Amino acid sequence: MPKLDYIKKVLVIGSGPIVIGQAAEFDYAGTQACRSLKEEGVEVVLINSNPATIMTDKDIADKVYIEPLDPSIVKKVIEKEKPDSILPTLGGQAALNIAMELEEEGYLKEQNVKLIGTTSLTIKKAEDRLEFKKTMEKIGEPCAASEVVETVEDAITFTNTIGYPVVVRPAYTLGGSGGGIAHDEEELRDICANGLRLSRVSQCLIERCIAGWKEIEYEVMRDSNGNCITVCNMENLDPVGVHTGDSIVVAPSQTLSDKEYQMLRSAALNIIDELKITGGCNVQFALHPTSFEYCVIEVNPRVSRSSALASKATGYPIAKVAAKIALGYTLDEIPNAITKKTYASFEPALDYVVVKIPRLPFDKFIKASRKLTTQMKATGEVMSICTNFEGALMKAIRSLEQHIDWLDNAEYKELPDEEIVELLERIDDRRIFVVAEAIRRGISFEKIHNITKIDLWFIDKIAILVETENKLRTNTLTKELLSEAKRLEFPDNVIAMLNGMTTNGVKELRKSFGLTASFKMVDTCAAEFEASTPYYYSCYGSENEVKSDSDRKKIMVLGSGPIRIGQGVEFDYCSVHSVWALEAKGYETIIVNNNPETVSTDFDVANKLYFEPLTPEDVENIVDIEKPDGAVVQFGGQTAIKLTEALLKMGVKILGTSAENVDAAEDRELFDEILEQCKIPRPAGKTVFTTEEALSAANELGYPVLVRPSYVLGGQGMQIAISDEDITEFMSIINRYTQEHPILVDKYLMGKEVEVDAVCDGNDILIPGIMEHVERAGIHSGDSISVYPAQSLSEKVQDMLVDYTGKLAKSLHVIGLINIQFIVYNEQVYVIEVNPRSSRTVPYISKVTGIPIVKLASQVILGASIRELGYKPGLQKKSDYIAIKMPVFSFEKLRGAEISLGPEMKSTGECLGIAKDFNEALYKSFLGAGIKLPKHKKMILTVQDNEKYECISVAKRFKALGYEIYSTRGTYKYLKEQGVDVVCVNKIEQASPTLLDLILGHEIDLVIDIPRQGEHSKDGFLIRRLSIETGVTCLTSIDTANALLTSLEHADMSHLEVIDIATI
Amino acid sequence: MKAYLILEDGTVFEGESIGAKKEVISEIVFNTSMTGYLEVLTDPSYAGQSVVMTYPLIGNYGVCLSDKESVKAWPDAFIVRELSRMPSNFRNEMTIEQFLENNDIPGIAGIDTRALTKILRNKGTMNGMITTENYNIDYVIDAIKKYSVTGVVKKVSRDSIKRYVPGDLGTNSKIDVEKEVAVIDVGTKNNIIRCLLKRGCAVTVYPQNFKANEVIASKPDGIMITNGPGDPKECVDVIAQIKELYNSDIPIFAICLGHQLMALATGADTKKMKYGHRGANHPVKDLETNRVYISSQNHGYVVDEVSLDKNVCVPAFVNVNDGTIEGLKYIGKNIFTVQFHPEACAGPRDSEVLFERFIKMMED
Repeated sequence: MPKLDYIKKVLVIGSGPIVIGQAAEFDYAGTQACRSLKEEGVEVVLINSNPATIMTDKDIADKVYIEPLDPSIVKKVIEKEKPDSILPTLGGQAALNIAMELEEEGYLKEQNVKLIGTTSLTIKKAEDRLEFKKTMEKIGEPCAASEVVETVEDAITFTNTIGYPVVVRPAYTLGGSGGGIAHDEEELRDICANGLRLSRVSQCLIERCIAGWKEIEYEVMRDSNGNCITVCNMENLDPVGVHTGDSIVVAPSQTLSDKEYQMLRSAALNIIDELKITGGCNVQFALHPTSFEYCVIEVNPRVSRSSALASKATGYPIAKVAAKIALGYTLDEIPNAITKKTYASFEPALDYVVVKIPRLPFDKFIKASRKLTTQMKATGEVMSICTNFEGALMKAIRSLEQHIDWLDNAEYKELPDEEIVELLERIDDRRIFVVAEAIRRGISFEKIHNITKIDLWFIDKIAILVETENKLRTNTLTKELLSEAKRLEFPDNVIAMLNGMTTNGVKELRKSFGLTASFKMVDTCAAEFEASTPYYYSCYGSENEVKSDSDRKKIMVLGSGPIRIGQGVEFDYCSVHSVWALEAKGYETIIVNNNPETVSTDFDVANKLYFEPLTPEDVENIVDIEKPDGAVVQFGGQTAIKLTEALLKMGVKILGTSAENVDAAEDRELFDEILEQCKIPRPAGKTVFTTEEALSAANELGYPVLVRPSYVLGGQGMQIAISDEDITEFMSIINRYTQEHPILVDKYLMGKEVEVDAVCDGNDILIPGIMEHVERAGIHSGDSISVYPAQSLSEKVQDMLVDYTGKLAKSLHVIGLINIQFIVYNEQVYVIEVNPRSSRTVPYISKVTGIPIVKLASQVILGASIRELGYKPGLQKKSDYIAIKMPVFSFEKLRGAEISLGPEMKSTGECLGIAKDFNEALYKSFLGAGIKLPKHKKMILTVQDNEKYECISVAKRFKALGYEIYSTRGTYKYLKEQGVDVVCVNKIEQASPTLLDLILGHEIDLVIDIPRQGEHSKDGFLIRRLSIETGVTCLTSIDTANALLTSLEHADMSHLEVIDIATI
Repeated sequence: MKAYLILEDGTVFEGESIGAKKEVISEIVFNTSMTGYLEVLTDPSYAGQSVVMTYPLIGNYGVCLSDKESVKAWPDAFIVRELSRMPSNFRNEMTIEQFLENNDIPGIAGIDTRALTKILRNKGTMNGMITTENYNIDYVIDAIKKYSVTGVVKKVSRDSIKRYVPGDLGTNSKIDVEKEVAVIDVGTKNNIIRCLLKRGCAVTVYPQNFKANEVIASKPDGIMITNGPGDPKECVDVIAQIKELYNSDIPIFAICLGHQLMALATGADTKKMKYGHRGANHPVKDLETNRVYISSQNHGYVVDEVSLDKNVCVPAFVNVNDGTIEGLKYIGKNIFTVQFHPEACAGPRDSEVLFERFIKMMED
């Protein structure tokens, strides 16, 4: 069927801020879908509160609303834009939920807006546990015995009929929020109660536990004519019990015979047909390891993280095809963009193996539980491709950038065998390393399998890697051995270390044997048809397929790797825009990246895509073949910056700011010299390596001091120390990994934090705007509420900021982007950090000022001047709008994580509030972050001594809003004395009712708990965790509390205006 | 032990010898299925050919003997990138390596199967030799070029008539028999028979040298002409007998080689394809409903569309990728034939519903 005529204007709902379980994959899917719709001449209206995404660019949609994803706001957009249709299947669960809400209340019908891509009936059948079970029963597809409950007691009664353990799955939540496996009644009470709270409809599914079965997924497409295909299937190395987002996943399945493969494939098709899905769908199965018994675990009637992975693993653009199907096309009418000879009604055939490994945030939350459960915890993932499983696994491990390049984790070396066996029982992110260690110890495959339930095939593959390690340790490096090690993707540095050689020695020996990487194409069809899309992966011992001749100059753009806290989708935004800008200038662009969730790894973004680890060796393999004329490292975050030196050694020209100058910004001594020359003050500081040095530096500077390693992003390992004990503790954490660079100890100034992004062409600078943080210094800039344009800076301070930015950019010879963080303290401006590269705020400031910063920076890198590009140097005119960037956290997903904010970044995403008026912008930004108050008008306020003074006005303002305030003794007494009427409540260790009981009573809107920096009190931690886990907003900074107050005091939804940023 | 694959264009791949240690010259074809290597190995349609699996990891789930599609393995040789040393599946009975040895089939592993596939795609299916001996390329090339696939239908078909009832071939014996079907075995896969048994048919399988009059005289409710290997035009005698079956009024359903033979019997022509369709991902479109099915395919010849007489038959299915004929409907006849494999094994079962269509044809 051709395109449906009535569809002329479509509203696409995005997925909002990045949180665990809903991340960059939706930017990828959304961007692809919007482009696909525009290609068909449809006008696209987009709403997504996340400013860091590519999809919210005015190039991607016709109208772009970076507004809170709240039904009330979506309605405003609908009323303003009057779309004829809504496509809700591209923005994850968030978009689906909103669409359902609008549909169920009859609003869409009233407005004459149709849901396309799916129907509400389909969503309901797939998402509502009871409906889903009924539907599966009807078509004879088995589900694990289960019941939907709305109370904990019902959960217990049901479980008593099927027996423990059971899985608890809350309905309508993200990433399995609040779910888990309960082994006894106590656990069931705990998990179920939490799940019911988190579920939008207060429902949980209690289900027979099928942990240990094989977990298999199918990505399926269906069109309105009922044509169905599977894009690919995937097998989780981790058996059922670990959320697929936290599992190591392999595509295609490896241990399924054709009988099992087709049985599940038919079931998946059967399900998608019954649900009448038009578009993409993900079906997850549990397959009994020793029989044909299977259960349907879950169906996602939309694009998902798995569909992004499947798209990248196969080259089949699921979101693009899903968008075309939504417009009415059938699969056999949509051409395959890779082969251009086949159609979308075709199942990709792979002739390689794909491995995905999740990127977990335990390096940021060292106190959080690392246990992997059915609740997702990963912030991102890496994917790798190779012609064998071992090689793909090795490539994926080093792509994670976690200081580990092979199946070795030093932690286990010293442990006795019994402890290794015990560790096998523990399901966490290090399990694969424990399995490798167990194999090294000679523990039998069967024993490992019996404990972990990991299929023997995978265990044997790990054993092959361990055996190769041993050979590399003991044997001479013959051509045969080296060729086998390279076939299995052992990097040169690991071979060198095992064999007692130097990395360079291995590289030279390898080259003398003629062992070099070759590149193969991902073509959807296992070479059956000629493909024209240059999407490559490397392997050894094969023919090379890359045609590197080009009549254009080539530029290589290094991507930013897996999404992690501190290095998020913003850097993908920058990489992609740089590619586009370079291409527009006539260059051939080559992108290297390993993140399957992102737009940059879409095969039609750059002229060539290399899906490879971002290590010097892997990049050099590409350089050897492509011989690029230059490389751009300033857009790919720290991942790309780290490759600068290696690229220079390969003889690749770094475009933009030179490597020495990048170094000068990070090297404390060089940087101090520059500051001195420019007469720019910075907080006093020292560089140290050892704990002793750190202690003496701290005492010399006087506490509080800021401690951090150099050359890191996101304030990794950064802490504020107020005592010698703190220093000792923080230094031991930082020195877990050998530090190549010194550690910085700086005097901590509690001033106002200000941030500037600028483009510099060597002579002139362009500052799109000054951003001011709501929270005072001490809270990481990524976790602070950021306001553009700055509201409280004097003219004098602003002039100083512009002056310093110019001086620094020039002294560092910046060509391209620079990001500077300042502290304003007593009308004096101090520099705290300079990053001669793109930053987290670049997409945000680009969108709210309408100045395409990455495009300008890319052109500047190529030699253009700011003036030539039509801009007047200096600070640009303030925008007519106030735009507030609000951090968003995923604490509820990370059991045991400390939520109080500090110098180490903790937020996973951000949303935007934009309005003509500050208060309205603030209100929108809180709403976008999901903070929608008041509800019960009850709150808890507990404050440490030296902030008590500031809490008086906070308390008074909440009282004025009608809030009832509960405080523990100290705060209560203080506020009472100041004439604020608060209720005293017992501390946790005191007699009931205590603070905890109060929170569990579900009538608390808000907890404001201001811990002392470096506080170790258990009480405060418990209160904060409990409030997060019960879904209560918890603030840990007085400044945030004041901002929230301002927003609440001006909360009047009636006059909110939605803004199309494409008009800025 | 080292092994070499020498193609008729002079390309040589060096790998490791697997399976039987013997030299073969054969036609080299590639299959893109990611699972189902045992079904491929035991598919009689591969007689006279050597199969390259494009998926690089073969043998992962070992050999589940009940998945065999005929009594033995038929290809001349098996060409893979990597054989799994640890087969892992609850039904696994042996490794592929053992299976190849038991079936006296040589093979080669450790070669760049993608590079080989690209050669076959670009230059078309060609002959090749697999050997573990030192060879003189000038000497062997001629022998390789001379090879052609002949006499394979005779080789794969059975010697005598055999009857199957529900309960055979692992089907459920409680199914009531409602139809009698005559199956002309020109290289049948077990699952064609199984698909009929499952639907309440008793099946009498005839060898390739069957006599049409005997089949017609047995008054079956329907006739199935199966898949099989080789150049259909070689089967002159079979084609003549099929012409007689066509002239009877018995409903006929034919698959793959059977489909080609019926076309030849009724005046159409077949031609050799550049490199054929072998895999589990080929989209075919039912021209009546516009429904697209993903099908399992294995054919190197195709019915030539320009040779069709519209008064005899019309296309019923076409391949979505290249537009070739994938099925024919015979005018004024209760005859329906498909080029692809609705019996799957290996591959998707989407078009298994066509067996139901056949049952209906027998009821009408």
